[in-house]
This record gives sequence, structure tokens and C-alpha cells, in this order.
Amino acid sequence: MDMEIVWQNRELLWEGLKYSFKLFAVVIVLATVTGVIFGVGALYGNRLIKIVLRTYVDIVRGMPLLVTIFLIFYGLPAYGANLSPFQSIALALTIFSAAHMSEIVRGSVSSIPRGQEDAAKSIGLTFWQRVGSIILPQAVPVMMGPWTNLAVDMFKATSLATLVSQADFLFSINKRAAAKGHYLEFYFAAVIVYFVICFTISRLGAWASRRMQVGMAS
Amino acid sequence: MISEWMSHPLFMYQLRWEYVFDRKDLFIDGLVLALWMSFVGLAIGSAIGLVCAFARSSGNRILHIIVTAYVEFIRNIPLLLLLFIFYFGLPQAWPRGSAERDFILRVLPTPERTFVVALSFYAGAYLTEIFSSGILSVSKRYLEAGKSLGLTRMQLARHVTAPIMFRTVLPSLSNTFISLFKDTGIAFFIGVRELSFAANKINTDFFRPIEGWVSAGVLYLLTAWLIALVLRFLEGRIKWSV
Repeated sequence: MDMEIVWQNRELLWEGLKYSFKLFAVVIVLATVTGVIFGVGALYGNRLIKIVLRTYVDIVRGMPLLVTIFLIFYGLPAYGANLSPFQSIALALTIFSAAHMSEIVRGSVSSIPRGQEDAAKSIGLTFWQRVGSIILPQAVPVMMGPWTNLAVDMFKATSLATLVSQADFLFSINKRAAAKGHYLEFYFAAVIVYFVICFTISRLGAWASRRMQVGMAS
Repeated sequence: MISEWMSHPLFMYQLRWEYVFDRKDLFIDGLVLALWMSFVGLAIGSAIGLVCAFARSSGNRILHIIVTAYVEFIRNIPLLLLLFIFYFGLPQAWPRGSAERDFILRVLPTPERTFVVALSFYAGAYLTEIFSSGILSVSKRYLEAGKSLGLTRMQLARHVTAPIMFRTVLPSLSNTFISLFKDTGIAFFIGVRELSFAANKINTDFFRPIEGWVSAGVLYLLTAWLIALVLRFLEGRIKWSV
């Protein structure tokens, strides 16, 4: 294997990697925020909100992610939506990961003892105070583990942009590999890059999770 | 007024489901193939996972390192990249006409076969983790009881650890099957005629993205739900009978 050929193409690959990073950054922020909102809605909302969120989460989690991507990417423009390809994929990935995030929030809040909520009520805190300063802060350390897994999955899922011919990292790897006829070298480089990034994300997540557990009553 | 309304983009795309119904065979065959590929993936993956999990718990350091490297490698790259490695990369690894290349082409003659092999490798890593935690969940007492009866290590694994472990990992096996079923969706990219292939064909041939992908989505959803239902039922029965 001659890795020189990969190095010669580094600029084009870097463009692809930047696209993947950008997609990942947008999706993880949007999905975390909307996921927390959906999770709180699924826990404390009225019946209608609960049913709507339950349906959304079950539908999105029951289908492969690429169905969501293709529906958003080709389906929304058919109804006149004016989204750029990047926005379409970001939207699809957000819809998917927000559903997962909402389940993570629901699960970790359920693991907080009921007494916390009762105690907060008994000292007269309002609903938003209870959720915002008693329940969620205690749920965050529990969330960290699954959230890190979700982040790793999301970074891997950015590669699905290749399916709709968007120039993410995997797409540029494939394109260059085909152009130069050196598949193995480029795939080897791709494995290394994906591995380093995903491994870093999960290490950082584990580190943050350990830091947060310090001082927590278990 | 009305005509102005009707020219709104919301009314411009008229759903025409006959495009899907006229080609329902494509969808049904695709669904069957997707189920079959995920089943084979689960079966081969379980074999890989079992071997790797027992190898890792054997106490041999080299085996431990090899298995951990395999698991971490698979878990940290996208399935799509793994598929590309098997489909585009492997046949390129050796020069045209060499014995190794002929061997690869004989083992992986079709996109279907290539995808199933890639999926099995992928599943193997996740199943190694599942079986490993299953092995850990077997109480030391059983192993000590087995040892005191004079069982060899192979006998212990086969008659003590495996049956107890099997019951704890059963729900995870069902979940893996369902997620493998959903993972088969990317296979259309290399030309495997599974469910997403049908949806994509409706899109590219007739510019009917919504009908095709909604149909595929509903089929994925219903099938995954049905599988879950059946497997939960079977799990309940197996748990009682052992």
C-alpha cells in the first residue's frame, strides 16, 4: 500500500471532512435541544402532546434513517419546500436523532427517584423550577453515556449523505478512490479517520461523564 | 381565488399510489430479501460473536487484544464504509488474475453476498459485546459447581455458561435482528434489490419520491413491529420452558 496517493489528495478529502464536521455540529446541537424539549414534553405534557410525541418517536425509530433522509431530501421539495441539500440532510438527521434524544431524556429522568420531585413540590417550587433546577440537572450525568453513544452514531450517520450524493467525507473518499483506482489506500485512510474521530468522541464523553459523577449522591 | 389556491405547491404534487401498487412485487420481494439478509447476518454474526466472546473471556491476552481490536474497529466506522471496503476494496486488493482475487470473486460473486458478508462482520462485533456481557452475567457459583464436578473448560462453556447466558442475551438478540433489518436499507446503493431499492426505483424512474419512500417506510415500520411482537412472544415461551 502506498499512502502517498492519499496524501496528494488531502485537500479534497479535507473539504469532505469539513462537510461531515459541519453536518455533525449542526445536528448534534439541534438534536440535543429539540430532544430535551421533546423528552420533557413526553414526560410532563398533556395527553395530546404525549400521543403526538410517542407516535413521532416510534415512527422515526422504527424506520431506517435513510428512509427519513430520502423522504426529506426528495419529498419536501415536491411540496415546494426550499431547502438546500445540506439543510435537507441536517433536518433529516435532526428529526432522527431528536427522537433518540427524547428517549434518552425520558429514560434518565425516570431514573431520578420520585422523592426528588415530591420534595421540590413540597418546598413550593413551580413546575419549571422543578424541571429546570431539580430534575434535569440530576438527569444530565445519567444521560451522558447514552448521549455519547448517540453522538458517535450521529457522526457515523453523516456518511449517509453519500447516498444522496452530497460531498461528505465518505463521498470524497469514494470519489477519489475511484478516480485514482486505489481503493484500499483511500479506504484505509477513511477507517483511520472515522476511527480516530469516533473514538475521541466516546473518550471525551466517558471523561465528561466521570467528571459529572463526582459529588453526585448515588 | 380557487385557482390561486390550487396553484399552491401543496397541491401541485398529487399522490399517485398506483405507481407503487403496479410494482408491488418489487416491494414484496425487496422486503423478503431484506428479512433474509438480516437473518443470515444475525446467524453468521452470532457465530462470530460467540467465538469472539468466549475467546475474549478465555484469559489469553493475545486473543483478548485481537477481539477487542476487531470490536472497536467495527464499532467506530460507518457500516457504509465497511460495505465499500468489501464491495469496492477487497477485489482490488490483489492484481487481476491472481489466485487471491479469483478466490474473493468466488466468495463474493454478487452484491447480495457481499452485503451479507459485510453485515455479518458488522453484526459480529455488536454480538461479541452482547455475548460478553452475557458471559459476565453468569454467576461464579455455577462455574465453581461445574468445576467441582470435574468439567473441562470446554464442557463448562458448552454446558454451563452457554445455556444460562442464552436466556439473558435473548432480548438483545431480538433487538439486534431488528436493527440489522433496518441496516439492510443501505444495500440498494451497491445494487441489491431490497426494500429501499424498490423505493429508490420508484423515485428515479417516475419521480415519485413520496409514494415510494413512504411505502418502504411503512413496510419497514410494520415489519419491525411485527418481528418485535413475535420475538417477545417467543422469548416469553423460551424463558418458561428452560
